Amino acid sequence: MLTIKNLQAKVAEKQILNGIDLKVNAGEVHAIMGPNGSGKSTLASVLSGREDFEVTEGSIDFKGKNLLELSPEDRAREGIFMAFQYPVEIPGVSTINFMKTALNQIREYRGLPSLDAVSFLQLMKERMNLVEIDQSLLSRALNEGFSGGEKKRNEIFQMAMLEPRLAILDETDSGLDIDALRIVANGVNKLRNKNNAIIVVTHYQRLLDYIVPDFVHVLYNGKIVKSGTKDLALELEAKGYDWIKNEVAVA
Amino acid sequence: MSKDNQVLEEITSKEYEHGWNVNLEADEAPKGLNEDTVRFISAKKGEPEWLLEWRLKAFSLWEKMTEPQWANVNHPPINYQEIIYYSAPKKKVTLGGLDEVDPELIKTFEKLGISITEQKRLTGVAVDAVIDSVSVATTFKDKLGELGIIFCSFSEAVREHPDLIKKYLGSVVPINDNYFAALNSAVFSDGSFCYIPKGVKCPMELSTYFRINAANTGQFERTLIIADEGSYVSYLEGCTAPMRDENQLHAAVVELYTMKDAEIKYSTVQNWYPGDKNGKGGIYNFVTKRGLCAGDHSKISWTQVETGSAITWKYPSCILKGDYSVGEFYSVAVTNNYQQADTGTKMIHIGKNTRSRIVSKGISAGKSQNSYRGQVHVMKRASNARNHSQCDSLLMGDQCGAHTFPYIDVENNSARIEHEATTSKIGEDQIFYCLQRGISEEAAVALIVNGYAKEVLNQLPMEFAVEAQKLLALTLEGSVG
Repeated sequence: MLTIKNLQAKVAEKQILNGIDLKVNAGEVHAIMGPNGSGKSTLASVLSGREDFEVTEGSIDFKGKNLLELSPEDRAREGIFMAFQYPVEIPGVSTINFMKTALNQIREYRGLPSLDAVSFLQLMKERMNLVEIDQSLLSRALNEGFSGGEKKRNEIFQMAMLEPRLAILDETDSGLDIDALRIVANGVNKLRNKNNAIIVVTHYQRLLDYIVPDFVHVLYNGKIVKSGTKDLALELEAKGYDWIKNEVAVA
Repeated sequence: MSKDNQVLEEITSKEYEHGWNVNLEADEAPKGLNEDTVRFISAKKGEPEWLLEWRLKAFSLWEKMTEPQWANVNHPPINYQEIIYYSAPKKKVTLGGLDEVDPELIKTFEKLGISITEQKRLTGVAVDAVIDSVSVATTFKDKLGELGIIFCSFSEAVREHPDLIKKYLGSVVPINDNYFAALNSAVFSDGSFCYIPKGVKCPMELSTYFRINAANTGQFERTLIIADEGSYVSYLEGCTAPMRDENQLHAAVVELYTMKDAEIKYSTVQNWYPGDKNGKGGIYNFVTKRGLCAGDHSKISWTQVETGSAITWKYPSCILKGDYSVGEFYSVAVTNNYQQADTGTKMIHIGKNTRSRIVSKGISAGKSQNSYRGQVHVMKRASNARNHSQCDSLLMGDQCGAHTFPYIDVENNSARIEHEATTSKIGEDQIFYCLQRGISEEAAVALIVNGYAKEVLNQLPMEFAVEAQKLLALTLEGSVG
């Protein structure tokens, strides 16, 4: 589904990614781990098309399309979803209204008719239950005055609504207490299926107790320096990142 | 220039869509303004002597006045002798139905997307269509008549209800109130009149659509709405204008009068031609709007969505004379390209326990200047007066300006006045968040702006709110369609 080859990128003249290779197939969950400043969030930003990041080298193929040639909105319409680390507030715009706009623009891109109010509401109710979110929250202005947990749950609700082919969860666990973490992870797990893929970007192992990955990659200095299964995450948890750093230094 | 700026530039440089020019055979006054012009207009309308005298008095006062310079707007001097002060579409016969209305006129309405035929079918909207200063079609009149409600053109009111006009014309905005009000008093061509009798709640929204139609024709509308004791009316005023190169002067006067326990809700959506991308052309809109809460427990609420005009100079105000009377002002003012808006309100607290609320949302884009100017005046007698003002400014891009000029005069110690002001920018993060959900830049800006203005848009009657949202999007968004 996604093939990243020798991806290099910089932001404000500073080189952050130094040649990333990654292949993600449908049905897989990949965890990207790494110490602060290793390039995890940059990778997520480049995938979603954030303009501050300049790709200097390499390619990204998504479902046979050159992802780097697509605008951020077209990437979203092709099925890329990013759960933001810091979801923004949009005063006066309810999540419901926001999702209706997003869903119908995506449907238009795919040549589908707009959802009428009744079908939209039906879909919304169904997905609300899936991710255990309350309708009163969705009627409020998007993320305005939401707690950290509510914001993240709202991100997962949006993911449930838009049914992406590839979801990128950027530090979704940050700022969550254990209960909120469980609810968010449960929501993600319910959305996992053989047709979609998920990239979990995280600093800590604990999220991976709930969202169990098929593969774990360690990012360091803008490169994937080690890949493995979920055991690698446990090893990192036990030994810390210095172990990896030393290994890279020796090599 | 970053990509975001480019996007904003594209989005904010959209051309005015409602540009057309309908060729109605105009029946015009000669160019220029003198006593003869005033007499011409009055004669043309077959007015009684007292009204001609009233006009002439206004004219002589106007001649001695000078154009105010305090507003935060710039424009070349207006040559008042280059303006045509009267223009009327030719009416061949008295109209008995819509089928007899000039088909050109119907076409105009259809271009606006609001045909009279359609309006008639819309539940609860009566339309008094004003095109080029003369009312052409009035609907729902009979139904309103049964309730004793008078809703007609100003000229008709002068003929049919001279006592009411004589008593209330100029009672809220005196002829010498200001330069533009004096000008209007001298040369006003037509407008709307509305009277709601004692205890009657008007069952439908009353609505007028204004159009400016013949080249070089100043528009001098006059509106007078009287709500008798315990009555209620919601009045809608909406306008679009055809594209034009010369600047057109518009100086309307609106007077609202509420008696004891009465309420008037006055909503405006204004979309006159704002000039092109380079600031050429556009309407000069110098309006005097004022309401008098004459009776105890009366209420006047102004809601305005201002997207058009090259220059807007407008301060819908409330004089809270009756004890416990309430004044409200909800405003969204959008400026783009080289538009200039200096708008706000005045709340004059005279009666005891009077309350006022101001919510002003300015949106500036392009190279425009957007000023809020508001006065809250609590007079000596007005014990326990309360006011809450909230003035927000939203900036798009870095070449526009937002200004706030609040004036607060308090002569009574028991008053409670609160003023809040914020200035914000549409964030790149907000736009990117929308993009990442598959929403286009244009739709994102529309969404964010409508969200920002929601508190005001919510005050509009349903059908108007939808139109207003479209207008906001239209004014600020890129080249869709």
